[in-house]
Amino acid sequence: MEDQATLQSAVSFNLNGEPVLVEAPFGERLSESLRERCGARDVKIGCNAGDCGACTVLLDGAPVCACLTPTHQVADAEVETPAGLARIDRYAQRLTTAFARHGAAQCGICTPGMLASAVALLRAAPSPTLEEVQDALGGVLCRCTGYRSILDAVVAAGQGEELPVAISGGVGAASARVDGVAKLSGAELFGDDVAPAGAPVVKVLRSPYPRAAFTLGDLDAFIAQTPGLICVLTAADVPGENSFGVIPGFEDQPVFAESEVRFRGEAVAAFVGEAEAMRSFDPDTAPIEWREASAVMTITEACAAGTPHLHAHASQNVMCQGYVACGDAEAGLAAADVVVEGAYSTSFVEHAYIEPEAGFARVVDGRIEIASCTQAPFMDLEAVARILDVSPQQVRILPTAVGGGFGSKLDLSVQPYLALAALKTGRPVRMAYSRQESMQSTTKRHPAEIRLRIGATSDGRVCGFDFEGGFNTGAYASWGPTVANRVPVHASGPYYIQNYRARSRAIYTHCPPSGAFRGFGVPQSAIAQETLFDQLAAKLDLDPLEFRLMNALDNGVRTVTGQSFDTGVGVRACLKALAPKWRVARDAAQAVNAARVSGRSPLRRGVGLAAGWYGCGNTSMPNPSTIKAGITPDGALTLHLGAVDIGQGSHTVIAQIFAEAIGVALHDLSFVGADTDITPDAGKTSASRQTFISGNAARLTGEVLREKVLRLCNASGEATLEILPGSGRLQVLDGAQRHEIALREMPVDSDGYALAALESYDPPIKPLDANGQGDPYAQFGYAAQIAEVDVDMTLGLVTPVKFIAAHDVGRAINPMLVEGQVTGGVAQGLGMALMEEFIPGRSENLHEYLIPTIGDMPEVETIIIEEADAHGPYGAKGLGEHVLIPTAPALFNAIRHASGACITRAPATPDRVLAAINAAREA
Amino acid sequence: MRYLAARSVEEALEALADGAQLPVSERPKLVAGGTDLYPALGDRPMRNGLIDVSKISALLPVEAMEEAWRIGAACRWSDLIKAPLPPCFDGLKVAAREVGSVQIQNAGTVAGNLCNASPAADGVPPLLTLDASVELRSVRGDRTVALSDFLLGVRQTALAPDELMVAIHIPRRPTSARSTFLKLGARRYLVISICMVAVMIEPDADGKVALARVAVGACSAVAQRLPALEQRLLGAPMNGLALADLVTAEDLAPLSPIDDIRGGAAYRLVGAQELVRRALSSVAGG
Ligand SMILES: Cc1cc2nc3c(=O)[nH]c(=O)nc-3n(C[C@H](O)[C@H](O)[C@H](O)COP(=O)(O)OP(=O)(O)OC[C@H]3O[C@@H](n4cnc5c(N)ncnc54)[C@H](O)[C@@H]3O)c2cc1C
Ligand code: FES
Ligand code: FES
Repeated sequence: MEDQATLQSAVSFNLNGEPVLVEAPFGERLSESLRERCGARDVKIGCNAGDCGACTVLLDGAPVCACLTPTHQVADAEVETPAGLARIDRYAQRLTTAFARHGAAQCGICTPGMLASAVALLRAAPSPTLEEVQDALGGVLCRCTGYRSILDAVVAAGQGEELPVAISGGVGAASARVDGVAKLSGAELFGDDVAPAGAPVVKVLRSPYPRAAFTLGDLDAFIAQTPGLICVLTAADVPGENSFGVIPGFEDQPVFAESEVRFRGEAVAAFVGEAEAMRSFDPDTAPIEWREASAVMTITEACAAGTPHLHAHASQNVMCQGYVACGDAEAGLAAADVVVEGAYSTSFVEHAYIEPEAGFARVVDGRIEIASCTQAPFMDLEAVARILDVSPQQVRILPTAVGGGFGSKLDLSVQPYLALAALKTGRPVRMAYSRQESMQSTTKRHPAEIRLRIGATSDGRVCGFDFEGGFNTGAYASWGPTVANRVPVHASGPYYIQNYRARSRAIYTHCPPSGAFRGFGVPQSAIAQETLFDQLAAKLDLDPLEFRLMNALDNGVRTVTGQSFDTGVGVRACLKALAPKWRVARDAAQAVNAARVSGRSPLRRGVGLAAGWYGCGNTSMPNPSTIKAGITPDGALTLHLGAVDIGQGSHTVIAQIFAEAIGVALHDLSFVGADTDITPDAGKTSASRQTFISGNAARLTGEVLREKVLRLCNASGEATLEILPGSGRLQVLDGAQRHEIALREMPVDSDGYALAALESYDPPIKPLDANGQGDPYAQFGYAAQIAEVDVDMTLGLVTPVKFIAAHDVGRAINPMLVEGQVTGGVAQGLGMALMEEFIPGRSENLHEYLIPTIGDMPEVETIIIEEADAHGPYGAKGLGEHVLIPTAPALFNAIRHASGACITRAPATPDRVLAAINAAREA
Repeated sequence: MRYLAARSVEEALEALADGAQLPVSERPKLVAGGTDLYPALGDRPMRNGLIDVSKISALLPVEAMEEAWRIGAACRWSDLIKAPLPPCFDGLKVAAREVGSVQIQNAGTVAGNLCNASPAADGVPPLLTLDASVELRSVRGDRTVALSDFLLGVRQTALAPDELMVAIHIPRRPTSARSTFLKLGARRYLVISICMVAVMIEPDADGKVALARVAVGACSAVAQRLPALEQRLLGAPMNGLALADLVTAEDLAPLSPIDDIRGGAAYRLVGAQELVRRALSSVAGG
């Protein structure tokens, strides 16, 4: 059986109960063999290092990481994969029902690993406790859910909960996800799951240095010498612009560096080769001469006199600036009775979605088709067309399921390499970033250096506010301009501030590009503002919640950009909802601490509070969404899903809104998309805009389509529609009258619909003037959160014990999805606050870069506030980003309450917390 | 030979002896759980041949011998957790439950943890407090080496290229011996220790400390015992707070922590001292 020449042999084992015989190279990882040789793409690869658990399979019943298991080790063993379990295992079936009911699968990339681990647990302990579930699932990371829904689902499954939850209900219903079934059965196809096995593979050669000049050697000879390589791509192969970016005028990142690299991980060439050969191909063996140069990694270094400029156009390495001012900040501060100030710094934060970037491309009838994970299909389309120098009609983007995005998958990653490789070879090609590549080369949250002074008068009113923030934007622009614009608008927090000045600068450095990450800079500025608010309250001898209420925005009160809203300003309602719980939690902490002092415990309980706000949609820029729907001659009602659902649930929310507007049940809908050929542009999935903007487009489309139907039969506005797929008819019941529309007799449009509608929505905004005055967003969402923590006073360890999160969502289109967003956002806020710090060149994996595990997330009590928005569909507001804004400052305020320590640097790792505790003791 | 699923120790030893003739880069590697071997590859494929020792039945069990306990080299962390063992193993079992995750415990072996010789290997401090030794075998013969002599430095051991670790031996202790393990990490699961501490104590009939062993990991290239403290604890009453109060900063002299991504050297020392206090306090009770 052993073949010395090809270095492989056959292994036989049982896969999901069926015997299989697999030819695999010696030493191949089981995950690779299962996915590529057995077709088991339900086994996911998130890290190839045991760190994420996405590849979990059951080996003779025990969960193991398939990525650490040599394929030949499973000879004669029983291997079960998540999809196999979902098909045949009774615990798996109970679990999938419970997962659907609890909304425990968001993007779904972690779900296979979670389910496999949970099945093993239930087989051993059919009714596990919460702690047992934590221990059993501790090895599987989830970046979306914040884990609590998963915990609840597994505990419920153990208690025999088997009630399925329906996909049903209009606005306000806690419907199951419309895209949930595939995510739970293991059938969902993510970026690396769509390519046929055996398609040629692309691998990128990247810079090992943050700054270096380079000369490529004889690559043609290298290709000729290396078996299996087909071709190489470099800057010379880019037919159009060798640059991309996400903001017009800021396309400064090359597809391939031409002679100099500006960050570690920057691409200089890509190799295309046959799949088998590429498994053992290491791009670092290619001939290239590097000349390392000294790099600037921090804002301070980049702004120092004499520092070389990364880009000729950016003097002092300042990429762009933002400014908002109203009143007179200096005068306000001078008139203050108390002033507090602070200097804060935050770190690079990695999105750490469990799915690394991946995709597949081919040329079809002369057009290039790219299937990949993305948050912005139409932006990809335009950027790729520009790089290829073809018209946008020549490009088709087929977004796959996205295994988490959080902002980073707005930018191009694999797409240009795939497109160039498919065009050059004429063959279908695939590529998947390794975890290291993903962490090295894709965008991060901006590290911030913030100085802030806030003054208040003795009556408790904030009277002066002066903010200055530097944001490390890395080597290329990405979304740096958005961060620079958003921060000065939001740095006030949701408060009325008469005299305000906020300046922001985005600074180029030789770090990976900083881009969009849930909140675009606002979570960083909120840390400074909300922790200083607590210090102000203390100086004024005011309760932190009372102090915030005294200064909170309200309907009719103008923001720092001079905007005011007649309705829907919900921050006061959030704070008021927390008020009773706040008092209870503070009192309880006092009692707990008294007992701890007498018991000589090193732990202290603290309770902290923070609020936040976030404008939905682009800042002072148009950002329309278009939604299409139609009724086929057969009678099916089809909604085109152009907005990418990255796990947050936009498919479900948009469908619920559409169903409500047209007046049918959710389960009457069928769906197509996303596909840039057939789904109109619903804009990018970012800026918390999909519920608000695409939701409005869906509402309009539903209303227009309903009107068309009613007009056809002269029915009244009260009439109800009955969708009868397959019947060729549509029924309209209007009181006692029944109308039948014979759809097959109607002419069809170019999409093949008998009846169709296509509507757009673009929120009303006004540009900002030189002082940042204007109406940057048509709506804001509001939030306030309480964090309760235990601080270990001798070790500096912080253990969050509970969160209470009040969120004004205008109208909860789907309360289950709202809770999912809140808990997931809190988990990311917790990570940013306590453990996440990306250090270029050092933490390019998921064991040095730590994100919360299932054991790190305490209970989150979600309070949904509904202060209807004037523009949102049924009053709804966006939510995705708001949730993590108050989390980090609430935690820092809780740490201070518990220990006296002032945290001015994120993350608050145990050593930093301990140092801050000691500093507070000395002060 | 590119992949040998060894069925016997002898078969593995033959393959190792053959491999030892080759240049280092071409030698086959031993693999048990693969949980250190595969992550170390990064994005590169496995180029070396593998000698898989995980299925050798003679290496599997945890056995009670006359003089000592024997942990076979293929014993995984989850096997250890399930094994019926006396209380002096409690610390090792706590450590086992803290290794990575269930997935890692189901594959990774105790022996692999030692052979990989990471400064942060959670198995080392408890085994040091148990005075463990390791049995190494090759076609040339058998030898037993104290664990403290086996571990030479960061990823350096006394293992010769043709040698296989076959077992870990732990001298029997009176059933009164108690032990514990504490780990300091920045999150709950899947976390490399900032530092960790193992303590083993045997009380005498009068409730005084008759034997004490304390070891600290991740604060030096190889985990270290704290002999000065161990001496001072002798004869002290088995009272948690009293034992904890005997710990001084000077006791940590054998440690030489470094600054790394998980914590600064100074913090590590503070953490180690506190963990030692807490471990003593919990193991002595009262
Ligand atoms: C995600 C993750 C989390 C982890 N968390 C922890 C943790 O919290 N604490 C901790 O201590 N470790 C941790 N580890 C490390 C690892 O799991 C342990 O060190 C494990 O015990 C190694 O055993 P193994 O059988 O998998 O070793 P392998 O990877 O199979 O082998 C490790 C090394 O030992 C050699 N070797 C194996 N068996 C023998 C033998 N019998 N004789 C001679 N040489 C041999 C191999 O050649 C190799 O060099 C973690 C690893 C991962 C991937
Ligand atoms: S892919 Fe195996 S643990 Fe991440
Ligand atoms: S749902 Fe868990 S990672 Fe997305």
